[in-house]
Amino acid sequence: MSNVPSDLKYAKSHEWVRVNGDTATVGITDHAQHELTDIVFVELPAVGRKVKAGEACAVVESVKTASDIYSPVTGEITEINKAATDDPALVNREPFAGGWFYKIKLSNAGEADAMLSPDAYKAQIGG
Amino acid sequence: MLKRTSLYEAHKKLGGKLIEFGGWEMPVQYTSITDEHLAVRNAAGIFDISHMGEVTVSGAGATDYLNRTLTNDIRKLTPGLGQYTLMCNERGGVIDDLYAYRLSGDVYLLIINASRIDDDIAWLHAQAGFTGRTEVSVSNASHNYDAVAVQGPRVKEFIDGCIPGASTSALRVGKVTDLKKNEIGGFPFAGASVLVSRTGYTGEDGFEIIGREDSIAKVWDALLEAGRPFGIKPCGLGARDTLRTEVCYPLYGHELDERTTPIEAGLGFFVALDKGEFNGRAVLAQQKVSGTAKKCVAFKMTDKSAPPRPHYPIWVNGAAVGEVVSGTQSPSLNNGIGMGYVPTEFAKAGTAIEIEIRGRRSSAVVVQKPIYRRP
Repeated sequence: MSNVPSDLKYAKSHEWVRVNGDTATVGITDHAQHELTDIVFVELPAVGRKVKAGEACAVVESVKTASDIYSPVTGEITEINKAATDDPALVNREPFAGGWFYKIKLSNAGEADAMLSPDAYKAQIGG
Repeated sequence: MLKRTSLYEAHKKLGGKLIEFGGWEMPVQYTSITDEHLAVRNAAGIFDISHMGEVTVSGAGATDYLNRTLTNDIRKLTPGLGQYTLMCNERGGVIDDLYAYRLSGDVYLLIINASRIDDDIAWLHAQAGFTGRTEVSVSNASHNYDAVAVQGPRVKEFIDGCIPGASTSALRVGKVTDLKKNEIGGFPFAGASVLVSRTGYTGEDGFEIIGREDSIAKVWDALLEAGRPFGIKPCGLGARDTLRTEVCYPLYGHELDERTTPIEAGLGFFVALDKGEFNGRAVLAQQKVSGTAKKCVAFKMTDKSAPPRPHYPIWVNGAAVGEVVSGTQSPSLNNGIGMGYVPTEFAKAGTAIEIEIRGRRSSAVVVQKPIYRRP
């Protein structure tokens, strides 16, 4: 059974968002890391890059395949998590904590509100 | 509708993640490709390989027929011995790579790739007709057999307990672990009989067991049970692929296809030019003497980069010169590794190359095969 913290918002494509004022932290869910297994490489967007919601902006590679990660929200990348690129397995171990991907300055604060609630995401992953 | 092996329910029960492979619904992994891979390198792993095809070739003309149809010298096989070999078209292109076993005087068993069964059977029948050999019978026995591979350094410590007793086939051995590399024997098992060969696709010591579906389901359970104290893990196609890539065993559709020859693939050792006429001989003989324009090389990433993947371009001196055919993150070496085709001038070990990954080039170096060797 995957962990789905109650204080986050979720995307259908298995990213999570933690909003703090006009900034949000983005990562991938426990369910996603479990499906990927053995994460061996994480590629994150450049700081300063502007991304639109739904845009592929990061890549996670397992032993078997490369998977695109889509930004769940629109805005400008302000910080990336070097710990995750240095030690990709951190995303497997702590998807909601040390394994976060990037911080983004939100262009539209309402966008995150429209994302899936923890219960709706739980229903989607059959948990 | 995808085909399912007799172990389908066992895979589901073990939490296997199922994918389509060659028309079959097969487990790609159970827990983690890395864990399964390392279990095989350090202890033991068991794989469902029931999707592989089986062909029986028999009759007074069988030896002669196979020697004209396959590249290796089949006359070297005494009853109970097998060899890796290839089946080529007239241009030397590879129709399939396979294992040929001589079960007894005039009876051979070919183990072929799942994705190639229809093409192989059509080709084998055409060759039997073409050569006018009425004294050879070729039949697709794939639906009669399921199979498992049990691989790893500790397998020899428990397999005799699962399949006890002496062989009853042409090759007489007292127990399964008396089989030497590439030998095959028939052994009584649970009121039936199974074929056991000391072969595999992982670079480790191990065995492959072929039999009727009810026997193979019992063999699977018995090996998992007996192997538990030794750390056995059920392994999927994901680990099978990383294991074979580390030791540079080819996979049809990646290193091999109908437009690529065994010489280009670096498999000249399995082409016996001195045995007389066989399909593709003229082209292969010429290539062995004059060399080939391209060659399949193994490489390791030297930059910290994403793992190389099939179809990524290979660059040398600022020009794209070839393509990756197999690539992954090596669980044993914790490094990106792969194989690819490059012009022969760049095929020497030590040559600096670059792999283009999502539009950026990362450094790699051509290395000798195999990429991984048991320390």
